Amino acid sequence: MEMVASPKKIQRIHPKKFALWMAMLSMIMLFSALTSAYIVQKASSDWLQFPLPQQFFYSTAVILSCSIVLHVAYKAFVDKNYQLYKLLLSLGFGLAVSFVALQYSGWLILNEMGVFVYTNQSSSFFVLLVGVHALHVLGGIAALLISWIFAMRKNTMEWSQKGQLRLELTCTYWHFVDVLWLYLLGFLWLQQ
Amino acid sequence: MADINVLEKEVPQTNYDGHHDDHHGDKFQSSFIDRYIFSQDHKTIAKQFLITGMIWAIIGSAMSIIFRLQLGFPDSDMSWLQPLLGGWIQINPTTGLGSIDPQFYYALVTMHGTILVFFVLTAGLSGTFSNLLIPLQCGARDMASPMLNMLSYWFFFLAGAVLFISLFLNTGPFSGGWTGYPPLSGLPQASDGSKAGATLWILSLVFFVVSVLLGGINYITTVINMRTKGMHMFRLPLTIWAFLVTAILALLSFPVLASGFFMLTFDRVLGTSFFLNEIFVAGEVLTTRVGGSAILFQHLFWFLGHPEVYIIILPAMGLVSEVLSIHCRKPVFGYKAMVFSILAIGVLSFLVWAHHMYMTGMNPFIANIFILFTLIIAVPSAVKVFNWIATIWGGNLRINSASLFAIGFVSMFISGGLTGIFLGNAAIDIQQHDTYFVVAHFHIVMGVAAFFGMFAGIYHWFPRMYGRFMNETLGKIHFWGSMIGAYAIFGPMHYLGMAGVPRRYYSFENFDAFAGFASMNQFITIAAIATFFCQILFVINFFYSIYKGKKQTEMNPWGATSIEWTAPVNCGHGNWEGDIPEVHRWPYDFGRHGRDFIPQTEPLADGEIDGGH
Repeated sequence: MEMVASPKKIQRIHPKKFALWMAMLSMIMLFSALTSAYIVQKASSDWLQFPLPQQFFYSTAVILSCSIVLHVAYKAFVDKNYQLYKLLLSLGFGLAVSFVALQYSGWLILNEMGVFVYTNQSSSFFVLLVGVHALHVLGGIAALLISWIFAMRKNTMEWSQKGQLRLELTCTYWHFVDVLWLYLLGFLWLQQ
Repeated sequence: MADINVLEKEVPQTNYDGHHDDHHGDKFQSSFIDRYIFSQDHKTIAKQFLITGMIWAIIGSAMSIIFRLQLGFPDSDMSWLQPLLGGWIQINPTTGLGSIDPQFYYALVTMHGTILVFFVLTAGLSGTFSNLLIPLQCGARDMASPMLNMLSYWFFFLAGAVLFISLFLNTGPFSGGWTGYPPLSGLPQASDGSKAGATLWILSLVFFVVSVLLGGINYITTVINMRTKGMHMFRLPLTIWAFLVTAILALLSFPVLASGFFMLTFDRVLGTSFFLNEIFVAGEVLTTRVGGSAILFQHLFWFLGHPEVYIIILPAMGLVSEVLSIHCRKPVFGYKAMVFSILAIGVLSFLVWAHHMYMTGMNPFIANIFILFTLIIAVPSAVKVFNWIATIWGGNLRINSASLFAIGFVSMFISGGLTGIFLGNAAIDIQQHDTYFVVAHFHIVMGVAAFFGMFAGIYHWFPRMYGRFMNETLGKIHFWGSMIGAYAIFGPMHYLGMAGVPRRYYSFENFDAFAGFASMNQFITIAAIATFFCQILFVINFFYSIYKGKKQTEMNPWGATSIEWTAPVNCGHGNWEGDIPEVHRWPYDFGRHGRDFIPQTEPLADGEIDGGH
């Protein structure tokens, strides 16, 4: 076998990273289907439009800052600056939870305005989009929780290849749900 | 974020260098539970998918026998089925004759469709062979994530368990058809089957979607990232190409079905009206449920539904290409044309979904676009058929169960594909749509054909799975019984359909127009029963051969070139002892340089050009 010229060694993406990108692709398909259905239904039925409460813009600021914090936390982990890493990860985790809380409080405001899930196609779709997105965010929070538990345990504090990969995957997914929310907010805002 | 890519040594399963990762007899297989139940070995998971699929195939086809009895012998006494079906057999108090409850008839048809399409021909076919062959033919120790792969099987199992439980509800399982159109699926009060049966049906299929996505992500990642040294994309066997495109289709289309199911659940539980408008139930108007559109669900469903038929048929096509080439001792004809046909079918399969919906009153100009793409997708399909025939032509054909089923697949695919051209045209489809012509078409082209591809694969790769051979005599009886049986069942159905006999009817007794077809329906039912028992023969052969079949004595019993046969018989987790073999040529070097075959692992001679290029 040594006699044969080996094919050029290709620098391949890590399989788990690639798998995450594939999973994100399927999530993009899910949300494309939901927003397509939204457009179709809006054109063909009695559609009652309601304004977006401020809470959803606050939550946008929260999820954006969460992404930035987690990115810096990742850099700190790679640089082996554990104190900063622990601090930022905890902050990011807090921001992530407050995003979901803000989304829910925004929904409560809508309820006070008399907008419920069954009121109209518009409110049904609103709950569907925001709710399915929130489910995906909860998945991200679960992943963050795992990283956070690892960070707080003394013996796993040290840098490891596996730890870095786990953190990178978590951050990638978090940036994804962030961009997804920006898309949904832009979509809902444009539909107003 | 790219800095992690360069550190390959830490990553066991990228195995580009082959020697970092030989972990057979590893921690994954230390106990009975790890080895046989929650196994993470792709070969065991493949067997789990196959055997679960077989059990579902028996349940699903037994259901079809029960409703065929109703169609073929509507006046006969069915009270003998009472021990099995209990209250679903109604005894007429005056005559004492038992007959199937009409509501249960619809439940049986719905379950037959759901089980066969999703559990048998998706999970049982692509789940089995993608798992078995992707790591072995690409040259990987296991899937990218053995853990997710295991979860993929167990989500499938969970989906099956939920559906199985729904069979025992006292309101019956879901009965609104395997397509689950609202309002039957969206309103619990619409029918008995729309109550808990529909809830469990949706839950089951949501689990199934999770299973397919976990599996699909793994299959794609493994094929793209974990091929052994020298295994370029154009050195992959056609099986792997087919599994890859199948997994991509599943990854892109199943989430759309999931979106439809989310909306359906909202309609059922939260009182929304995504799919409901102007609904009357038992003479009562549901005034609060307005503004939705049932057609929207059909679009979401068929956006999955059409790629789904290719998710079913592409793996069968891949298996058949491989089996035909090996048993004809000839390179597959037009390897690259085959690859590009698979890719073309994959792309086009997303552009034809509305041909299932010509009857929904869609704009005829929009229908024209879907007709166009439907006819275009016939082109790559025809290229593949031509190439299979050209592969057989002049080959040194070994007649055995695997090759017979592969040839049977080509026959079925041609027969069923031709009627697809009829139905792809809206003008003809509007005549045929609600008749047995459609039933005959899709059963032949995606039911029987996919089964034949699966059988070819099972007979061929059985030694790879169990280290033994299946019985050839029983296999040939199974083939001829199935071949003749399938045409005897579905051939006459074309005629019924042309004559206008509607599908989905419980009984034709009150229609003079269809009275003349009673004997034909009897014939179909008898043929179906005979074919069913042929399949039982296969099941017996399968389980008998696992324990008592002829032992595999040589590593490469069929003289195949691909690398799955370079791993030892009954190899453990990790597949190869020592290094993973390196690949030097395409997988179809049969009859080259006067040799019967040249394995993929053999280096190219000086000046030799790789056959695939």
